[in-house]
Amino acid sequence: MSSSTSMQALNKVGLSRNDYKGLPTTLCQGCGHNGVAAQIVAACYEMNLVPEKVIKFSGIGCSSKSPTYFLGRSFSFNGLHGRMPSLALGALFADHTLEAIGISGDGDTASIGLGQFKHMVRRNLPMVYIVENNGVYGLTKGQFSATAERGLMLKKQGTNPYVPVDIAMEALISNATFVARSFAGDPHQVRELIKAAIAHSGIAVLDIISPCVTFHNHENSFHSYNFGKRHEEPLHEISYVPPKEEITIEDFEEGTTREVTLHDGSMVILKKLEEEYDPRDRWQALHMLEDAHRNNWLVTGLIYVDPEVPTLFDIYNIPETPLNRTPNEKLRPSKDKLEQINEKFC
Amino acid sequence: MDDNGLVVNDFCITFSTINGSGSATANLTLMRSLFKMGIPVSSKNIFPSNIQGMPTWYTLRLNKDGFMGRLEQDNIIVAMNQTTLHKELQYLAKGGVFLLPDDFKFEVERDDVIVYRMPVKKLVMESGVPASLKDYIANMVYVGVLCFLLDIDLELIHQSLRHQFNEREKPVEQNFKMVQAAFGWAKENLVKKDPYIAQSMDGTKDCILVDGNTAAALGAVFGGVQFAAWYPITPATSLAESLMEYLPQYRVDPENGKDTYAIVQAEDELAAIGMAIGAGWGGLRSMTSTSGPGLSLMSEYIGLAYYAEVPVVIWDVQRVGPSTGMPTRTAQGDLAMANFISHGDKNMIILIPGSIDECFEFGWRAFDIAERLQTPVIVLSDLDFGMNMWTSKKFTYPDAPMDRGKVLWEADMEKFLEAHGGEWGRYRDVDGDGIPWRTLPGNTHPKSAYFARGTSHNEDTGYTEDPEKWETIFKRIAGKFETAKQYIPKAVVEEKDGTRFGFIASGSADPAVQEARALLRKSGIESDYLRVRSIPFNDEVGEFIKHHEKIAVVEINRDGQLHQLLKIRYPDEASRMISLAHLDGLPLNARWVEEQVLSLKEVEA
Repeated sequence: MSSSTSMQALNKVGLSRNDYKGLPTTLCQGCGHNGVAAQIVAACYEMNLVPEKVIKFSGIGCSSKSPTYFLGRSFSFNGLHGRMPSLALGALFADHTLEAIGISGDGDTASIGLGQFKHMVRRNLPMVYIVENNGVYGLTKGQFSATAERGLMLKKQGTNPYVPVDIAMEALISNATFVARSFAGDPHQVRELIKAAIAHSGIAVLDIISPCVTFHNHENSFHSYNFGKRHEEPLHEISYVPPKEEITIEDFEEGTTREVTLHDGSMVILKKLEEEYDPRDRWQALHMLEDAHRNNWLVTGLIYVDPEVPTLFDIYNIPETPLNRTPNEKLRPSKDKLEQINEKFC
Repeated sequence: MDDNGLVVNDFCITFSTINGSGSATANLTLMRSLFKMGIPVSSKNIFPSNIQGMPTWYTLRLNKDGFMGRLEQDNIIVAMNQTTLHKELQYLAKGGVFLLPDDFKFEVERDDVIVYRMPVKKLVMESGVPASLKDYIANMVYVGVLCFLLDIDLELIHQSLRHQFNEREKPVEQNFKMVQAAFGWAKENLVKKDPYIAQSMDGTKDCILVDGNTAAALGAVFGGVQFAAWYPITPATSLAESLMEYLPQYRVDPENGKDTYAIVQAEDELAAIGMAIGAGWGGLRSMTSTSGPGLSLMSEYIGLAYYAEVPVVIWDVQRVGPSTGMPTRTAQGDLAMANFISHGDKNMIILIPGSIDECFEFGWRAFDIAERLQTPVIVLSDLDFGMNMWTSKKFTYPDAPMDRGKVLWEADMEKFLEAHGGEWGRYRDVDGDGIPWRTLPGNTHPKSAYFARGTSHNEDTGYTEDPEKWETIFKRIAGKFETAKQYIPKAVVEEKDGTRFGFIASGSADPAVQEARALLRKSGIESDYLRVRSIPFNDEVGEFIKHHEKIAVVEINRDGQLHQLLKIRYPDEASRMISLAHLDGLPLNARWVEEQVLSLKEVEA
């Protein structure tokens, strides 16, 4: 699809790509986050989501500003630093039928937000949780974040003495049901992963290396464009196939792909690259991340997925109709119930 | 003492035990029996922040006039803890009763008290209960002995045990047998030498026996609470646990068997408040319950809810701070924090229940206020209300339908647009009362969605740093708190023409103030009384202050926080107000209030 036709073309819910856009970005030109926002627009458009049925959340930081730049017709709440997961959980209890997209950053998730991040993951809150990870605090002009690699030199702060937090690893050991890593310089992969994440029923953590062009884009640093472009090592080539769409066999050479069926019947087709990788194997995923960490490899793709784990809302006995549509008369017990209670306390 | 030399329905019994020994069952059984006799009775559980092995005291006060405050001295002490006998004896009033097991080697060094020694070990041995239950059942010995001494009908004990054990036959009978045996022993072996008697009366008609946390939770259940997030903390834990007990009983939709609520135990208070605010923003009647340390942690999110105009109800069951302080002792020390909570300018709605039935009432009313005003409501209870059992008025069914405030769903939005030239903005004040109309997530009307944020925003929720736009919003929000005055509970005022001296108090300081007024009247000092029930202070508060020459502001904290807030609000009247503030971890007692007032030069009979 060329960009000129896509501007006018309508999707299955009768909306154009423009209907998924937000306000113009105020982030730096070239910021990885803008690329991610563009892919969210593309993914939602291509998946025929109704913007009013999507809800956006964010914390604080450059990344957390970006929900303004996509899905202008969706409800959104820009919360507190590192504490967007709790806000999202409460709001989703009000209407659990909404598709939630949370945007966080490495400062927001891996420092103050590490606790809420892990508890959100452990509860399997149904949400696409994107960490736009650039290893640096941008809004406060260039301090190390908790994902910055040891030995990194920054103009303002000198050399980073600490080992980095690996967001994908943290998600995995907290039993995340969907973990992916990508690179903002690889838009196709970002888009396909976002689609799969939206289709996934539980929490989907996407750790997207999203370079900060202003404060942290050195030639050889892990979170830079140059490093990503030269060193990205995809686990597979990923394609998302919506439910009920026919897959033509000739699209894929036999024996070269692995398919994962998601809870809603959609499918992720993973085209094998150099090595065998099974994203349903948690042990292999942990092993891979450990290797990547030790060798400073930027390994991208769908790291782990378990489509069938009950979500937070499967555990609760709440009705299908959103709780915030409950009529008042169902909320206040009758007078005789209170009389019974009074009797009991006599 | 009456004409027959008896003290009837006006004394105080303290049970000194070791925590974890199961004395609560025995004490509650006695309390319920006295309540069933129609005697107003209240309890104070003074317990350690510990699970097993530390001294704990449980005090029952019987008072025919209905005074519920703590007393300084005990009339009867049941001393079941060998390590604290000397200390107990000091608190025993002259002529009081000292009951202790006969195997305690202890010489009672006072000759102005009456001592009864109970053969606890022997009676327990004879009861034949399994060894594992002996410690628990031992407490029933003093129940039986007290029934003999105070003249309590054993049938009432039996009924109360059935209540206590939820009609489970085996423990009821095991315990009751022990009570009967002890009663029988006392009847045969004790000669009653003390004057204390419990006599049936009709002082508990239309009353119930209940604690404030249960009352608050039930209030929330009847207020239509839909979401509660919480984190365990003494003394607030039992509020959330009561929600978990009662919501499944009363709030499952009979049509589909589904819950009309959700409760989440959060990972901490930072998350609990975040969840509650998310749900409140989403349109649910949403709450959290905590104590001082938790409220400290919630501070930043409460500021966001204030500025983004999100309704949420926060119960703070206060304990003694600062820091970890005394987790199992009561205080009114969070008032100033609640009032000034979070950075930047803001106004907080604070509700302060002054009785157990008001805990119920504010339990439901808080949601109406929060949703009407689109702002956080902090309800300040405390450990004394929250965790102690009180004789309370029966709970009253809400006298008004739920007020869900200004909410637009799809059809409402259509009508709104028609009436307002096709425009709606989340933070536009179209009605002139400072309260805008809000939409809720899930509303599919294409004009309904908006971007909520804690960053500065214009009336249509867009980010702005424009000074004028900032001020427009910020001043409008301040205006909401003028509107608030018609929705928040008014102060309770008791005044007579010509009285020059008045009390102002709130919350659990009320029982001591009420009783102190009765005591002062005996010394010829009349007093008026205003009980603050909400902040911002309503007009009647200022009027009351103006009408009196001297006002004593009584509260359970060190610095006189209510006094300070009143001085800020009414600077011209500051010199009339005297602070009577006291904090030692115990509920306030009337004698202290009386003595303080008598020592004031300005107050004369």
